Amino acid sequence: MSAVAAPAAAPAKPVGAVRESLYFALRNRKLVFGASVTGAMLLFAIFGPLFARHGPLAYGGDLSLAPTRHGGYWFGTTLQGQDVFAQFVTGLRLAFIVGALGGGIASAIAMVVGFTAGYRGGIVDEVLNMLTNVVLVIPTFALLLVIAAYLSVRGILTEAVFIGLTSWPWAARALRAQTFSLVSRDFVDLARLSGRSSWQIIFKEIAPNMSSYLFMMFILLFGGAILIAATLDFIGLGPSNTISLGMMMQLSVQNAALQLHLWWWFLPPGLALMTIVGSLYVMNVGLDEVFNPKLREM
Amino acid sequence: MGRYFLRKLGIYSLTFFVAVTVDWAIPHLMPGNPVLTLMNRLQIQDPRVAQHVYHHYMRAFNLDLPLWKQYWYFWVSLVHGDLGTSILQFPSPVTSIILHAAPYTLGLLIPAILLSWYFGNKVGALAARRKVLDNSALPLSYALTATPYMWLAILLSWTLAVTWHVFPVGFAYDPTAIRGLSWAFVGSLAYHWFLPFMSLFLVTFGGWAIGMRNMIIYELESDYAHYLEALGAPQRLVRKYAFRNALLPQITGLALVLGAVLAGSLVTEIVFSYPGLGYQIYRAITNEDYFVIQGIFLFIIVGVLIANFVVDIVYVIVDPRTRIGMEGGRS
Repeated sequence: MSAVAAPAAAPAKPVGAVRESLYFALRNRKLVFGASVTGAMLLFAIFGPLFARHGPLAYGGDLSLAPTRHGGYWFGTTLQGQDVFAQFVTGLRLAFIVGALGGGIASAIAMVVGFTAGYRGGIVDEVLNMLTNVVLVIPTFALLLVIAAYLSVRGILTEAVFIGLTSWPWAARALRAQTFSLVSRDFVDLARLSGRSSWQIIFKEIAPNMSSYLFMMFILLFGGAILIAATLDFIGLGPSNTISLGMMMQLSVQNAALQLHLWWWFLPPGLALMTIVGSLYVMNVGLDEVFNPKLREM
Repeated sequence: MGRYFLRKLGIYSLTFFVAVTVDWAIPHLMPGNPVLTLMNRLQIQDPRVAQHVYHHYMRAFNLDLPLWKQYWYFWVSLVHGDLGTSILQFPSPVTSIILHAAPYTLGLLIPAILLSWYFGNKVGALAARRKVLDNSALPLSYALTATPYMWLAILLSWTLAVTWHVFPVGFAYDPTAIRGLSWAFVGSLAYHWFLPFMSLFLVTFGGWAIGMRNMIIYELESDYAHYLEALGAPQRLVRKYAFRNALLPQITGLALVLGAVLAGSLVTEIVFSYPGLGYQIYRAITNEDYFVIQGIFLFIIVGVLIANFVVDIVYVIVDPRTRIGMEGGRS
């Protein structure tokens, strides 16, 4: 997954710059810390389900069992005897899928809208800017609530798509501003004189010059999508026929797990979400410092 | 300046129009007859009740009319403040349910947003470029801002309320208290308000502190800050100017985070059984009470638009540049 890939793989940069970025990347404690924690959680999400001995929704264990080494109930069981470990790793996987898909869709829309508005200017910019402002002002979470409430079957993909469709405006606006500042540079004029098409100029000349920015934008949208999905799931609009981290928290609250002190049921899902999103944020600060020499610790 | 506000008002009217249209269109866009789908899901046993609910829905959606007329009537009833009737709490109109729940949500949201903004900015500004404070405040802020709202609420409720009994587990006030303007009742309200408020405040606080810290560092690296330093201005003065400049994007940020904090307050209310809009939405979703969901959506839209407009006005008051030649390019 790109979230853990080396951030220095920016094309169109001379070899020296790549090597310099890599040098600072490996020396940056925030970046190394954030990337390794995210990577560890990702590995857990990929391989964890292979170790689960029970289905995430299967009943049959002892009721409200505290974490134990026996029978594969490493994280204990729910009030109804479901395996918390199996639910946890399933939810973790879903969180990464929603994050990648929702964040990816939002990034793609933000790039199309931001680049087009910034490069074309004029009436196209006016229209796209209006669209961005409208979606920015609408409380998208409330919108998602209404849409999800009317869906009879809710899937993880629909959830991710709708999150992606509603969370792009701030990124589009930032990209538009960045594009504006690049459009009047000499190298863009030169590309235009040499007869390249607009899309070629945008993706071969402009985009590579903000590749670090694009990558950081994707990370933020990725983390945001995970949190939005967890909130939707907690409110009772999670995907049908599976279990997510947000749904685990919802079910534990609904079944009075707090009053019964079944901490193994409601602590892991929130802790995992916090760890993933927090390490993504820390990684982002590290990346910012690597690409922006002014911010490096002195 | 007039043009700036006109432009803003234009965007807000358009947003309102789009939101209302979407709110109307969603039940119509779903495949099949939405009323039949609803009836299937309600699974009412008594045929007489089923008949009644069916007719209620048919009349409420105006499904026997042509589409444009349905849309028109939706606006007409909206203008009259009629958002339909709740199924779960029949026969209360949705409007009265919202008006009863909204004060609780606003009472959580407004203090949480304003106080976290104030303290977050203060702490963030203090922490910037100060090793010891930065190394403690920054990781904490990142942890807080990455925490899902409902999880912090669960954590606070489990530790402070369930385990140590310092605060009540839920509800807006002690059920045995007599409602009225007595000290006992107000005290009970505040006592029950504190934990949900605190969990909203803490998560939001983290975001502001990080934002301010980063902005101050950018400002301290700018030319005017270096120039001031070169002139021999005391560090305190330089930081004061940096703070003032860094505050502007934070004001714009107020409008941007509104949606996220609102979502946070909805789920926090669920954890604490706090009878605001979030709790009503949760009940409506688990009981398929669609008019309540759609009505609360419209209410939230209007609230957010008003809040955005207030932020615009504050921005113009705070930033003198907007008063001179503001073209509306910045928002």
